[in-house]
Amino acid sequence: MTIEELEQIQESVRAENAKFDYEVNVCMDLACASQGSEKLREALVKAAEASGKNVLVRRTGCMGPCSSGPLVRVDPEETLYKHVTAGHAEAIVSSLGGEPVPALQCDLNEHFDKQVRVVLENAGHIDPEKIDDYISREGYKALMTALLEMTPNGVIHRVTESGLRGRGGGGYPTGLKWSTVAKAGGDMKYVVCNGDEGDPGAFMDRSVMEGDPHRVIEGMAIAAYAVGASKGFIYVRAEYPVAVARLTTALREARRRGLLGSNIGGTTFSFDVEIRLGAGAFVCGEETALIASIEGKRGTPKPRPPYPAVSGLWGKPTLLNNVETYANIAPIVRNGGKWFANMGSERSKGTKVFALTGKITNTGLIEVPLGIKLWEIIDVIGGGVPGGHKLKAVQTGGPSGGCIPAEMLGLGVSYDALMAAGSIMGSGGMIVMDDTSCMVNVARFFIEFCMTESCGKCIPCRAGTAQMHTLLTRICEGTGTLEDLELLEDLCSTVKEASLCGLGQTAPNPVLSTLKYFRDEYIDHIVHKRCSAGVCNIEAAVEVLA
Amino acid sequence: MRKNGFARHALIETLHTVQSSFGYLDDDAIRFVAHSLRVPLSQAYGVVTFYHYFSLKPPGKHTVTICAGTACYIKGADKLVASAEKRLGIAQGQTTKDGQISLMTARCVGACSRAPVILCDGQVAGEVTAEQVLEQLERWAVE
Repeated sequence: MTIEELEQIQESVRAENAKFDYEVNVCMDLACASQGSEKLREALVKAAEASGKNVLVRRTGCMGPCSSGPLVRVDPEETLYKHVTAGHAEAIVSSLGGEPVPALQCDLNEHFDKQVRVVLENAGHIDPEKIDDYISREGYKALMTALLEMTPNGVIHRVTESGLRGRGGGGYPTGLKWSTVAKAGGDMKYVVCNGDEGDPGAFMDRSVMEGDPHRVIEGMAIAAYAVGASKGFIYVRAEYPVAVARLTTALREARRRGLLGSNIGGTTFSFDVEIRLGAGAFVCGEETALIASIEGKRGTPKPRPPYPAVSGLWGKPTLLNNVETYANIAPIVRNGGKWFANMGSERSKGTKVFALTGKITNTGLIEVPLGIKLWEIIDVIGGGVPGGHKLKAVQTGGPSGGCIPAEMLGLGVSYDALMAAGSIMGSGGMIVMDDTSCMVNVARFFIEFCMTESCGKCIPCRAGTAQMHTLLTRICEGTGTLEDLELLEDLCSTVKEASLCGLGQTAPNPVLSTLKYFRDEYIDHIVHKRCSAGVCNIEAAVEVLA
Repeated sequence: MRKNGFARHALIETLHTVQSSFGYLDDDAIRFVAHSLRVPLSQAYGVVTFYHYFSLKPPGKHTVTICAGTACYIKGADKLVASAEKRLGIAQGQTTKDGQISLMTARCVGACSRAPVILCDGQVAGEVTAEQVLEQLERWAVE
């Protein structure tokens, strides 16, 4: 495969698509699929055949605003339809070439205007099971350019220049990580992709793997070339069977096209990727635990150093990045590091995908330039809190993150600003809570999660989270005391300082941030035996005690 | 096992295949896998008990899985669990005595935008109410 051959494929796909007058794209992502988008697609195909019009019906990945699903987009007009069912198929097909169907039109201009799509640029536009669709949108051009025209150091330089930071949550500079692995000695090196999206309430990586799997593979191949690796692993949650199937297809297609395997593009570079399944352990998002899991062991973390960049998978230098990090690589190589660095804020460059969920009107997947104000995400893109309720807090970073109160909506979303506010960027879950959520109960929910997910290797995390859970349960039931609150704070700092890995070190974050911003609610539970949100069943518990 | 060249590091892969064929992992299956991959039985058992996805008990004829992720929790998944537990007379993670229905919870199925989410025999349903869960359970109970 050469760049010319890629361009030929691109031309032929475009010529093929040009034969059709209209393209009807049907979102087949989980949220839309659970509402019957497959039946809808079949109905559209049938209606298109019956009408005699020249229509291409395409299945695509996530289009974004899941709350309006099932979604259908008609191109070239780019008309977006919401809540489409199989019964609407005929109306949509007969409207082609005329006026759009008004009742179904999805008017979310504000929702889209604020967004910038880099990682998600292909999602909703290509059939994820067709490699040629991906190639027709500049796919694999970055890999070929890197292989044929750039040195490995040149690639690393470009990534460093872009200012890209790890999208898995930690925010470690990607370029720096790559150059560490590149400098490490040894003939065998590995490239690993972390697709173990364990954060409950986040689904960005699933959508990327399902909607644009080649993007991830291309990013991994470029990374392998840059650091001198020849073997890659994608570690995917077993809870995402569709992602596993799409990646399997994508790998097969890439091999068939000679974009994976030996001597890619006629160069001396060889690279192939294997899929490894997770089995439901949150701690496996931690890099040393993930590596243990790929080796077929229990996913328990190891003390660092040595870092995986020096001694990782089977003791070899290993580059480990998140799905979204790899998905950013191809556009950076194509468009240059400066292009990427122009987006975003001072120390957080580029865009970030968030899964916007909870008590918000427009739930779904969004991609925004970093540095965007939190209120722009909640009020403009998200459309505010529904049902006349009041916004209380926004939770970011999952069980390792914290709750940002409604008063801080002016906050710019970046790694450092979120950290300063007592939360973290995390992998990109953003859960909106209104006045019907009790923050003490939310803290208990997260601690319960960390307690069950603690691998048990180190004591601060194993015992600490269990004790924190006991204290929080007492407070929720109205039997807590003010001493309990002090003890809780004390315990938080112990667990934070003394735990071995990221899971334990960040587990107290939800408690600390709610204590910082919602201390009244804790006091309310303890002193006044009252839960203002009406979530905790205090009265009943107190009566039993009496 | 052959697909992965009987590699020891493919233990988790192999266990996944066994579980998807038989529904769960019993002692014989774990012994067989450990022996075939030349992995100590202790390591195989350790892996099975470490990961939530593996089950040592046979599942019921039908399984309802309620997502307990954050978005679902915020939208009241705990109430769904409570009402299902009450109706079936079992706790989450258990199967009814007649082996008809298993009640499970999941860590997050990634359909957070349509929370609360349940899986009925693997089929995702979103924006579910307690009534809908009970209806489904009734339908299975009379089968």
